[in-house]
Amino acid sequence: MLWVAWKMLVGNRVKYLGIVFGVVFAAVLIAQQASIFCGLMSLTVSQIRDVEGPGIWVMDPNVQYVDDIKPLADTELFRVKSVPGVAWAVPFYKGLGRARLQEGTYEQMIILGLDDATYIGAPQGIFLGSVADLRKPDAVIMDDAGYQRIWPGQPFRLGRTFEMNDRRAVLVGITKASRTFQSFPIVYTRYSQAVAFAPPERKVLSFVLADAQPGEPPTEVCQRIKARTGLQALTRDQFLWRTIQYYLEKSGIPINFGITVLLGFLVGTAIAGQTFYLFTVENIRQYGALKAMGASNWMILWMVLSQGMQVGIVGYGLGVGLASLFGWFVKGASRLAFFMPWQVLALTAVAVVVIVLVASLLSIRKVLVVEPAIVFRG
Amino acid sequence: MKQRTAPFVAATDASHADVAVRVRGVTKDFGSGSALTRALRGVDLDVPYGDLLMLVGPSGCGKTTLVSIVAGTLEPTSGDVVVLGQDLCRMSGGRKVKFRRDNVGFVFQTFNLLQTLTAVENAAVPLLIAGWRRRDAVEAAADVLDQLGMGDRLPNLPSELSGGQQQRVAIARALVHAPRLLVCDEPTSALDAENGRITMELIQNVAVQPGRAVIVVTHDSRVYPFADRIASMEDGRVDAVASGPFPVGFSQG
Repeated sequence: MLWVAWKMLVGNRVKYLGIVFGVVFAAVLIAQQASIFCGLMSLTVSQIRDVEGPGIWVMDPNVQYVDDIKPLADTELFRVKSVPGVAWAVPFYKGLGRARLQEGTYEQMIILGLDDATYIGAPQGIFLGSVADLRKPDAVIMDDAGYQRIWPGQPFRLGRTFEMNDRRAVLVGITKASRTFQSFPIVYTRYSQAVAFAPPERKVLSFVLADAQPGEPPTEVCQRIKARTGLQALTRDQFLWRTIQYYLEKSGIPINFGITVLLGFLVGTAIAGQTFYLFTVENIRQYGALKAMGASNWMILWMVLSQGMQVGIVGYGLGVGLASLFGWFVKGASRLAFFMPWQVLALTAVAVVVIVLVASLLSIRKVLVVEPAIVFRG
Repeated sequence: MKQRTAPFVAATDASHADVAVRVRGVTKDFGSGSALTRALRGVDLDVPYGDLLMLVGPSGCGKTTLVSIVAGTLEPTSGDVVVLGQDLCRMSGGRKVKFRRDNVGFVFQTFNLLQTLTAVENAAVPLLIAGWRRRDAVEAAADVLDQLGMGDRLPNLPSELSGGQQQRVAIARALVHAPRLLVCDEPTSALDAENGRITMELIQNVAVQPGRAVIVVTHDSRVYPFADRIASMEDGRVDAVASGPFPVGFSQG
C-alpha cells in the first residue's frame, strides 16, 4: 500500500511540490545558516589548528580564547620546560601590528612569532619561498589571502617591503593559511623579530608551545604544568573548544544564527504542514473508501507517515544539496565562511524529521477519525 | 434479465442457511438529547445468497444508514446484524476491518476512485489492502476489468474515462477479491440511461452468484427490473419486501 500512498502523493503535483517546497525551504535555511555559523566558529580557531606540532598550549590563567592575549614573562618558558613530562617547550608570539606600506597606507596585521631555533608553529602551506628564508634579516612570510588584500590583483612577488613599528619587514615567502576571524593578513616571522615588530611592552611572550614526552598523557602533563607554574595549560583540543565556547557564550553569533534557523524551521513546518493537511483533506473520501474496503488504521497511519517520509527524504536531499551548492559557490566566489560538517547534516535531518512528523500528525488525526461510512454520504 | 414469480415475501421468510444478511430490530440514533435523530427504528431484513436486493425509499428514510451497518462500516445503536454468519454487533473493530476486507465489496455513488492511479491499479486496491504483491494484484485486476469490457483501458487514469467506464472500474474493484457481499450505493445515479443500464447488467451478470448477496441502494426506478427483491423503506423502517418481476425499466424509460 506504500506504493499507493506514494502515487496518491506524487500524482497531486501542486500539493506535492508545495509540501516539498516547505521542507526544502527549511532544510536549505537550516543547513546553510548552520554551515555559515560553523564556518565562523571554525575561523575563530583557525590559528590554533594551523600551528602544528605542539600538543600543549600554555598561557596566562585568565586567557579565555586564542585572541585574548595576556603576555607572560619570558622566564615562564623555562619554568614550563622544567615540569616533569614536558618533552620540549618553545616561545610563541601572537599579536597585532600596524604595517606601513610603501604606498603610504596602513594595514593591521596579525604577527606570529616562531621560535628562532625550531620554527615550531611554522605554516605548512608555503608555496613561494621557504621557512628557512626566515633566517634572513627582517624576513616575514605572509598568507596569500593577506597578500591579495594588501596588493589586490597583483601577482605574488617576493622581496616586497613594508614597515612595522618603524622596522623594515621583507617578504620572503607566501603561504596558504586558514582565514582568521578578524580577516587581517597574517605574517610569520622569528620570535625575536616579532618582538621587535610589536609595540614595546614589558612582557611579550604570548604562549608557550609544548609537548608531552612519549607515554605521558598530555592532560596529565597539563595538570602538572598548572600545579607547578600556576599557568593555564590546555591540550590543543581543549584550547580549540575553549575558544569556540567563548564565542558561543560571549558573542551574539549563536543567537543571530539561531533565530534564522528557527524561522526557517517554523516557516518550513507551516508551509509543509498546511499543504500536507490540505492534501489529506482533499483525499479524505478516498481514505474513507480505503477504510471501508478494509484498510486498518495502522495501514492508513503507515501510508500517511510514508508519504511524509517520502517528502522528507526528497526535501532533505534537495535542501542539503542546494545548501552545499551555495557553499561551493560562495567558497569560490566570496570570502563568506562556510563549513558543513556531518553534524550540520544531522541537525538538518532531525529538523526535517520533526517537520515531517508535525505535518503528518496534523493529517494523521484527520484520517484516523474519519468514518468509513463517509463514503456512503453523497 | 432474470424472471421472478413470487410477488411478496415477509422479511423473515428465508432460512438461516440461505441467508447472507439477517437484520433484526436494528435501531440507529445520531446525536443526543434534543439533537437526537433516530435514523433506523427497528429494521428487520433478510437477504438470501444469490439475491440482488434493492433498498428503495425517499431521501432520509435510512437506506444509507442501514447499508452502512450491514457493510460493517457503522455500529447500530441496538439490534442484531448477522452477515455471512458473523455477528457484526459482537465483533471487535479490528475483526470488523478484516471482515470487510475479506468479504465485502463496495460500489459507490461517486465511484471514489483514486485519481492518481490507473484503472487497473484502482481495481487492484482491495488485493493490495489484503497484502497481495503488486504484480499479482494488478494481474488479477486486469482479468476482472477484461471481463467487464475494460481490457483496453487498463492504463488510463480515471480522468481519462467516462462516468460509465469509471463505474465499471469501481465494479471491478468491488469484485476483484471475490467478496461474498456486494454493497452498491446509488450505482447508477451519476450515470446516463445507457451507462446505468450497462452498469446494472454487469452487476446482475457478473456480481450476482449463488454464494454472494448483492444489496443495491437506489432511487432510480429504472433499475428495479434488475432486482430479485425490493425492500421499501419509510421513516427508518422496512415497510415491505417485494419479489420481482418489476415492470419499470430502462427500455420503458
